[in-house]
Amino acid sequence: MLTCGFADPVHDAQAAFRALLEATARPGTIVSLPQSGAPQPLPEAAAAIALTLCDRDTAVWLDACLATPSVCQWLRFHTASPLVADPADACFAFARADTAPFGSLSTGTDEAPERSAILVLLVKGFVPGRVLRLSGPGIETEKVLSVDGLPSAFLAWRAGNLALYPRGVDVLLISGNKAAALPRTTVVQEV
Amino acid sequence: MNAISYNFAYLDEQTKREIRRALLKALAIPGHQVPFASREMPLARGWGTGGMQVTAAVIGRDDVLKVIDQGADDTTNAVSIRQFFGRVAGVRTTTRTEEATLIQTRHRIPETPLRPGQIMVYQVPQPEPLWRLEPSRAETRRLHALAEYGIMHVKLYEDIARHGRITLAYDYPVLVHGRYVMSPSPIPAFDNPKLHRSPAIHLFGAGREKRIYAVPPYTDVVSLAFEDHPFRPWKAEAACALCGSTDTYLDEIVIDDRGTRRYVCSDTDWCERRRAQGRPV
Repeated sequence: MLTCGFADPVHDAQAAFRALLEATARPGTIVSLPQSGAPQPLPEAAAAIALTLCDRDTAVWLDACLATPSVCQWLRFHTASPLVADPADACFAFARADTAPFGSLSTGTDEAPERSAILVLLVKGFVPGRVLRLSGPGIETEKVLSVDGLPSAFLAWRAGNLALYPRGVDVLLISGNKAAALPRTTVVQEV
Repeated sequence: MNAISYNFAYLDEQTKREIRRALLKALAIPGHQVPFASREMPLARGWGTGGMQVTAAVIGRDDVLKVIDQGADDTTNAVSIRQFFGRVAGVRTTTRTEEATLIQTRHRIPETPLRPGQIMVYQVPQPEPLWRLEPSRAETRRLHALAEYGIMHVKLYEDIARHGRITLAYDYPVLVHGRYVMSPSPIPAFDNPKLHRSPAIHLFGAGREKRIYAVPPYTDVVSLAFEDHPFRPWKAEAACALCGSTDTYLDEIVIDDRGTRRYVCSDTDWCERRRAQGRPV
């Protein structure tokens, strides 16, 4: 059965966007993105991101464990986004942290670095697992973010991503209805 | 009477989504100009349509909006944009800088220090800092891609060679996060230091030129200069005739036909409150 989108499409999308704006402007800040109608196994925050930012202009890629018929149907109905098979074509890639196609995502071009993918990365939770020390624009001095379920490949990939600047992939870490952003400018180090 | 009803904050949801995506990318690449579709607004391009579209995409029912035009809350552009959002979004408006969560501005940054939780939205006539030096947009995109800003430094050097100093008083170019040269919009150079590591979010919208860019909080924003010619913002050597302030940006007002001048604070909210606190000349 098709579950619902935002109960109030205008104001719920605005609230979710403001949370994402705050999260992106202040990397490592954990924000709430509730969305009661998320189809299993798509977490609430991922559903809220899709409803807020995705539409027919944004190609969406889902990893194998998320690309269930109910999720695909829900995304097509509520966002009209084209679902693509190759992560390199995606504007938004939704993936589990352990199976994410880090290296295959679009990083934009030197002249149009904004034409890169946003990676919505599903992690286990914002509890001690890996303790990350963040710095860069949006962070006054340093910020500490605990994330459970990040593979070690993530940190190596982030270092390479940072070296590409201004090209690069922007990451939204999500778990349940919580999200935190790691835009391409954020320096991520393990404590 | 049936009033024509618009979507909340005037723009349709599809347009807002596109602007919102551009804003998130702009924050992720500080100082980089992100193209956006730029819709027709119910006022002519050049009157703040870029800033209004950014405000419309960001604003929510709980926001408190302040709009200033060259520092003043009571000039035509500020009054009409404030009324516009009062009507199409039904939000609370204010003239008090510290009460506002969202401040749309034309060419000033308030004197009252900004705080986390506040968002500045700038109306930008010309987002391309290199436009007077290189007319081709294809070429300026290339220069930004290569971080090749030699022509800007040559322009500043020629200013010094001809006039002994850098002659830019407003729209003074800045280097953001050590990478992109950015136009801070036509704010006086006096306001440039307020952008450096500011706790607020700064969003820039150029409606006619269809570009959005941003400066996240706590980001390095350095005004271009030379070691032997450091950045020195210009300010009138006078005190405000109303509140006596000597450390704010002042407007020059000619008050008779013999060239007599008075100087008053450009930030009307700041000046009014200073007077209310009993600090007149």
